Amino acid sequence: MSIPCTPGTSPGSPEPAKSPAPPGELLRMEGARKAFPGVVALDSVDFDLRAGEVHVLLGENGAGKSTLIKMLSGVHTPDAGRILVDGREVHIRTAQDAERFGIATIHQEFNLVPDLSVAENIFLGRQPRRCGMIDRKRMNAEAAELLARVGVDVPPQARVRDLGIARLQMVEIAKALSLDARVLIMDEPTAVLTTGEVEKLFGIVRRLREDGVGIVFITHHLEEIAALGDRVTVLRDGRSVTQVPADTDEDELVRLMVGRSIEQQYPRESPDTGPVLLKVSGLTRNGGFDDISFEVRAGEVVGLAGLVGAGRTEVVRALFGADPYDAGSVEVLGRKLPRHDVIAALEAGLGLVPEDRKGQGLVLDASVQENLGLVTLRKATRGGFVDRAGQRTAAERVAGQLGVRMAGIDQRIRTLSGGNQQKVVIGKWLLAESKVLILDEPTRGIDVGAKVEIYQLVNRLTESGHAVLMISSDLPEVLGMSDRVLVMSQGRITGELTRQEATQDAVMALAVKDVEGSRGH
Amino acid sequence: MATDTLKRDTGPGTDPGRGAAGRALVRRVLLDNGALSALVVLVAALSLLSGDFLTTQNLLNVGVQAAVTAILAFGVTFVIVSAGIDLSVGSVAALSATVLAWSATSEGLPVWLAVLLAVGTGTACGLVNGALISFGKLPPFIATLAMLSVGRGLALVISQGSPITLPDSVSALGDTLGGWLPVPVIVMVAMGVATAVLLARTYLGRSMYAIGGNEEAARLSGIRVKRQKLVIYALSGGFAAVAGIVLASRLASAQPQAAMGYELDAIAAVVIGGASLSGGVGKASGTLIGALILAVLRNGLNLLSVSAFWQQVVIGVVIALAVLLDTLRRRTA
Repeated sequence: MSIPCTPGTSPGSPEPAKSPAPPGELLRMEGARKAFPGVVALDSVDFDLRAGEVHVLLGENGAGKSTLIKMLSGVHTPDAGRILVDGREVHIRTAQDAERFGIATIHQEFNLVPDLSVAENIFLGRQPRRCGMIDRKRMNAEAAELLARVGVDVPPQARVRDLGIARLQMVEIAKALSLDARVLIMDEPTAVLTTGEVEKLFGIVRRLREDGVGIVFITHHLEEIAALGDRVTVLRDGRSVTQVPADTDEDELVRLMVGRSIEQQYPRESPDTGPVLLKVSGLTRNGGFDDISFEVRAGEVVGLAGLVGAGRTEVVRALFGADPYDAGSVEVLGRKLPRHDVIAALEAGLGLVPEDRKGQGLVLDASVQENLGLVTLRKATRGGFVDRAGQRTAAERVAGQLGVRMAGIDQRIRTLSGGNQQKVVIGKWLLAESKVLILDEPTRGIDVGAKVEIYQLVNRLTESGHAVLMISSDLPEVLGMSDRVLVMSQGRITGELTRQEATQDAVMALAVKDVEGSRGH
Repeated sequence: MATDTLKRDTGPGTDPGRGAAGRALVRRVLLDNGALSALVVLVAALSLLSGDFLTTQNLLNVGVQAAVTAILAFGVTFVIVSAGIDLSVGSVAALSATVLAWSATSEGLPVWLAVLLAVGTGTACGLVNGALISFGKLPPFIATLAMLSVGRGLALVISQGSPITLPDSVSALGDTLGGWLPVPVIVMVAMGVATAVLLARTYLGRSMYAIGGNEEAARLSGIRVKRQKLVIYALSGGFAAVAGIVLASRLASAQPQAAMGYELDAIAAVVIGGASLSGGVGKASGTLIGALILAVLRNGLNLLSVSAFWQQVVIGVVIALAVLLDTLRRRTA
């Protein structure tokens, strides 16, 4: 079945009077609702998309953007509300359904097979065939045509593994075009791109818009909205707040998005700083990061900002001893740590709340108590036997302090909400009496209310003399919570900003800064 | 009048109430442990089908038959809880038994020293497995598959391919205590208690669950994953050695070809007992029940004169059913 490329018409039969859709409308969502255990991700959300427009979806992390696009791409089905394509109600239950309705999504993580060629990836599962065999010649020719339409110079025979991230994205776009997509959803496509690459992407998006494709564009970079968008729908706490033209003032957009002043959202109170607790000097890993030096003092929150892939997580994992490094040193409370030794690091008072909470922070099938006691298990052991009663009491105490919402200390951690899980990950380091906490994306995937609780927890920690190093890709969070901001780009620290100097623009300028003599392009 | 009604009301009210509560408790215990209910059903069915089944003598027989599998399976439980696998336990058992017989006969070592040497051999094999996995980064399946072959080979080399008869002092280990309680059953129970305590109470045991549940989280929480894995596989090897000694003492000889395929019985027992091959879940009690189910089945089918060929079929079906039921139960829970 082929998908018509002119919007508003359906193949074959002409539409009778029953056509409530305004001319040019491709897609409409009415009163959509989706709840997950413990959190309502989306509630009574309206959204619509016309042919030949870029409709920006704006909102904080956790505002419901991902849930909304997952409903359109067949990952989630709405609990209530309806979705209309070309004015007719449809049910998008699977990715195949979405494809059939001409909806293509470019996720932040690409769906490409690294060891196949670009052309094979574009036509995966739909390779042109002749006598049952794949017609390579035709496939490559058609792929070349699509790639030319996107405006990217990649040979169709190239292996996907050898391509950089910007080109992977172009291949994904070409794949979407090959599906005759009329609706193209792009989830933060610019987050991983350099300035030059962003410009190129914008060129492609504008060309698609002229072709009549409707584009849903998600971005956190406010300046991109005026540059590219036509309309903006703002989501907040799972509801669609308003719809405004794309040339709306940036401050106004922030106000709509946050819905309250930054002070309320980020309750940072900077206490007096004490002695240096963590000192990193010249930390280097060849091909990873280079000459990283900084200090974190007691009572201080230092933000580590930068684009995804700038090397922030690599640096903190190395200084925590989870991964090796090639040169430099790490000192905690004046004591130099041995290289690549997690146990020495945590005994010296470091604690790491990793980026991937479920994959690295928690034993999901174990209980709250067992997870809280993981780091202290060793200390609570006498002659090989674990002091179970002591572990239990300690876990009860910390869970109470952190306000972990649970049925009981023996509840399986898998069944808790993201925010409560994160409290447990932080809690295990509190039990271990860590002085320096490294928080890697501490509020990713956590709803707004729980975020504020995490921020308040960070405040309490620094008040009691802890030092916090916080990685976050959420700019308002970095700006709102940090006393100082370090910005990384391409494996180097490109600048340090005080709380007063740190603005979105200043941080972004440093985050996209090309480092001289850095890794090749 | 009023008191009478009260009495009459409470009287019949409490009795069925207590009975219902008791029944609910039994039901919960059985539902919480699918393997246990399977064992109960199996024992009940066999008692009805065969008059010879439910006798003290036969039940002790079942215990003796279960002992070797159970002891092997206890060791494998450590490995499976920590998300590994050990295919070498059957071979290691045979090798350890051969070392015992060879050192006690050809070398004339005292029994206690020979036993120590045998257990040391098993532990050493486990350590090699652990080292290959921790430091050589081999997948557990491959490392222990290699040891399965090496262990069996060494057993054949030492024994030169033929069984070594044990001296009486050693085969006494397969006898009974007080004329009725078989030593293999005592060893099985002791090893089971040790396994249960180790898993539930010790640092080593708790870290096995953490490693099996999420190895990276365990590592980032300061658990020495590599070192723990060495110990885990060494334990499995040591348990295999004990199983080998029990087997040899029962047969009164160490046979290099003994315990062939027992690793699969051991894994089956662990899995029937509710452990997950993806790690983080498993208990000593479950493993014991798994081993008993296999032994009861074999014993019962023998009593019912089912051919050995069909026994294999039935056991395979039971393994699949037990795990299937357990999966269903978890999904609905």
